[in-house]
Amino acid sequence: MTAVEDRPVTAEIGQSRKRKEDYHLITGRTTWTDNMNLPGMVHLAILRSPMAHAKITSINTDEAKGRPGVIAVYIGQDFAETQGNLPCAFAPEGLVNPGAPSLAVGQVNHVGEAVAVVVARTKVEAQDALEGVEVEYEQLPAVLNMEEAIKDGADLVHPNTESNRSYTWAFESGAAGSGEPIEDALSNAEVTVKRRFIQQRLIPAFMEPRSTVVQPIGEGVTMWSATQIPHVLRTLLAATLGIAEQKVRVVAPDVGGGFGGKIVVTPEEVITTLVARKLNKPVKYTESRSESLMSAHHGRDQIQDITITAKKDGTVTGLDVHLLADMGAYLRLFGPSVPVLGAFMFNSIYKFAAYRFVCEGIFTNKTATDAYRGAGRPEATFAIERIMDELANELGMDPMDLRRKNWIKHEEFPFTTVAGLTYDTGNYEAATDKALALIGWDELRREQAERRERKDPIQLGLGISTFTEMCGLAPSRILGSLAFGAGGWEHASIRMLATGKVEVVTGSSAHGQGHETAFAQIVADKLGVAWEDIELIHGDTQSSPKGLDTYGSRSLAVGGIAIVKAAEKVVAKAQKIAAHLLEADEDDLEFEGGSFKVKGSPGSTIAMGEIAFATFLGHNLPDGVEPSLDSDATYDPENFSFPHGTHLCAMEVDTDTGFTKIRKYVCVDDIGTPINPLIIEGQVHGGLAQGIAQAMFEEAVYDEAGNLTTGTFVDYTLPSSSDLPSFTTARTETASTTNPLGVKGVGEAGTIASTPAVVNAVVDALRPYGVDDVQMPMTPERVWRAIHGSEKSERAGAGTTAYGGASTTTSDGEGGAL
Amino acid sequence: MTKISLTVDGVAYTDDVEPRTLLVHYLREQLGKVGTVVGCDTSNCGACTVDLGGQSVKSCTVLAVQADGGEVTTIEGIEHDGVLDPMQQAFHENHALQCGYCTPGMIMACRDLLKNNPKPSEDEIREGIEGNLCRCTGYQNIVRAVQAVAGASS
Repeated sequence: MTAVEDRPVTAEIGQSRKRKEDYHLITGRTTWTDNMNLPGMVHLAILRSPMAHAKITSINTDEAKGRPGVIAVYIGQDFAETQGNLPCAFAPEGLVNPGAPSLAVGQVNHVGEAVAVVVARTKVEAQDALEGVEVEYEQLPAVLNMEEAIKDGADLVHPNTESNRSYTWAFESGAAGSGEPIEDALSNAEVTVKRRFIQQRLIPAFMEPRSTVVQPIGEGVTMWSATQIPHVLRTLLAATLGIAEQKVRVVAPDVGGGFGGKIVVTPEEVITTLVARKLNKPVKYTESRSESLMSAHHGRDQIQDITITAKKDGTVTGLDVHLLADMGAYLRLFGPSVPVLGAFMFNSIYKFAAYRFVCEGIFTNKTATDAYRGAGRPEATFAIERIMDELANELGMDPMDLRRKNWIKHEEFPFTTVAGLTYDTGNYEAATDKALALIGWDELRREQAERRERKDPIQLGLGISTFTEMCGLAPSRILGSLAFGAGGWEHASIRMLATGKVEVVTGSSAHGQGHETAFAQIVADKLGVAWEDIELIHGDTQSSPKGLDTYGSRSLAVGGIAIVKAAEKVVAKAQKIAAHLLEADEDDLEFEGGSFKVKGSPGSTIAMGEIAFATFLGHNLPDGVEPSLDSDATYDPENFSFPHGTHLCAMEVDTDTGFTKIRKYVCVDDIGTPINPLIIEGQVHGGLAQGIAQAMFEEAVYDEAGNLTTGTFVDYTLPSSSDLPSFTTARTETASTTNPLGVKGVGEAGTIASTPAVVNAVVDALRPYGVDDVQMPMTPERVWRAIHGSEKSERAGAGTTAYGGASTTTSDGEGGAL
Repeated sequence: MTKISLTVDGVAYTDDVEPRTLLVHYLREQLGKVGTVVGCDTSNCGACTVDLGGQSVKSCTVLAVQADGGEVTTIEGIEHDGVLDPMQQAFHENHALQCGYCTPGMIMACRDLLKNNPKPSEDEIREGIEGNLCRCTGYQNIVRAVQAVAGASS
């Protein structure tokens, strides 16, 4: 017996319900934090450091204080004793955390760091008065290059650390007992391919700039903030500022996208709280886009040195991964854990005998990094899917044949990987076959051969990404073993109202994902109540008091299961009352379609709504039964879920100009049992856009002085509608067996899978030109240089100053096997 | 301060504004028309798009004084008597929004596109709304929504 076989036939689950959330969003009746005005509210503007690394020698605020409308000006010293340090939830043994002030005290460590705040009657007055704050800096050498940063004698980002290395986190399969020693694989290898891949720095770039309103109330505060994590924020704000947790209420009203970018406790949230408490007035701070791009956390930014070993027949044997991960200047909430999440994913769907993962987290004078859609898993997926193509090229094998030879076959599940995770289910063959058929792979290969034959200036490349991911963060015990300061459970309550309507309270706080719609579909089926009669309550720690919020594709796979468990308790409570009202034995009842029926007595039924009303009245309940059907559940998953899929990209490359264009993009995702296919498709589309954007368009670039040169949307180039094609999306359904819905999660799949498919397609197009890598983003210039320059790999990988020109190298310096 | 008079969503207003005040800030902060939002500082994102005198404009690139005597329609003014504008309805039907932050500007830009080109091809739609950024949808369902309205009006 499995959870899958038990699943009942359902009416709402699987339907493409249009979203309940939409009406207020399409009519402009929104509750973005910046829309909020409170009586007596004052406004903040933040003066930010123009220096990447400097001592603050003096700050004079006198002129600013005299400007019209200015109420107060504060600098770091004013809050030095009260602001604490911004929290970091990941603390493996030996991790060095130099501390993270919200408002700089004595030193700035990245451009954009908050140096002073002006409080004024209006936002405009506050911003104008920033000009009146005079700051003198003594410049320090900017630490920007990770490899230089960890050399002996390197300049230090922080005066209170001995090196720029925050931590080293290592896993090795021989030592862990999950596989053979990596050294055996390396020394016995018949074929070895080494590559260096650059995961450029990205910016989450949610469309709603971050905004925070804080209202002091007695000893506590109410905070409205554009955050993904109202519950986590409440606890950590209380801990950071020494406010009693029960005195803190956090509300996440309408939140305009997050993608990981709103997953941390921010300096601005702390500063706004400090000012509000100091003045005992409500305070609002809303960032500009430029402030957002330079001070809200960034993502990715890794140098990946990857070694893969194999037999000559293509059987992979070992994978050796060494990462340098840029933390930026400070450790944010999940920052150092992000690359470590990838530790379990580099081996992906393949049966490696040996595996090693070593990650060094490094401080630089740049904006802090933290989660960005996928968080550690896109980086891992990129590296393995790129190196599999390089290995295939080295072996002269078809890249899909190489994958088929090495992936876990569907009959081998459950399968414990060399990284120690147990994948419950999967069917890589089915997803791949479907994707190949949808894109017309063989026909495209023929066209590619023809274009190569006739030396067509437009070459065609075909890229593959057969990926998996770990979703549903996360089993609390595993988080504990990884030294996280939090669990991974989620909470739900179901309240049955007198009229038979239902309120569902979740701790998973949505910001665009469609929880109100999809969670109502689940409850409708579980309770037999109309979908329209179900209301979701979320995003306010006063009305949804318990939860761990939204990230890591966890809402459905963890939060959704908590709702199922709560619904089961409602039904169990209702069954007792139904039996009493029907004058039947409880065991003789069956629950179907929202009604309890007495088995074998067709006329004897009572609907959930009737039971709810009877319970509300309380006139005729069985002895000892409380007059309530309301139920809570807190669900801690036993395992991650493992969505997978096959993404294929056909790319046209103009060899004269370096311009690339996606001809066709097909993905077949297996996310288990679908709840709402419409929402799923939307999640996949958006994920693809972000993953493709990493491959082709986006990079946060710093100049040699540590200035972010991509500090507006003019320079940080989000894809527009004309940059992207229409995608062909499809699904296979291999239900997860570790949760009663059979769901896996879909929020990050498109982003995790797509980046290597796109790069593999460009490299595939250019193999005849001797190209074996093009660094991301694959701008036309980089592609053109890859084709036409003299040193193929070096020029294609020509880095920005951020990486000191880091580029792809191979084990023999020429492109291949030892 | 400069006195301006204009109509916004069918209501006449007369106000004193600083000459430097952007239309979007006037709409949000003086009129409380917070349905129109600000997404960037550089006129790249289009989240603030409104209709000014029959033409879509990014209201962050228009001074409030430039709208003097004009007629502005925002996202808050296109639903009438409880009936959604066809583009609003199409965005809902086609799941053309997720977080919804770009949506007010996107809907206004898409309406303008169809006014100028009632039967656009997919490429024309994609080029027509490229001045409006969306981070959630990958644009595919926005294109579908526009196609749905264009098809329905044939």
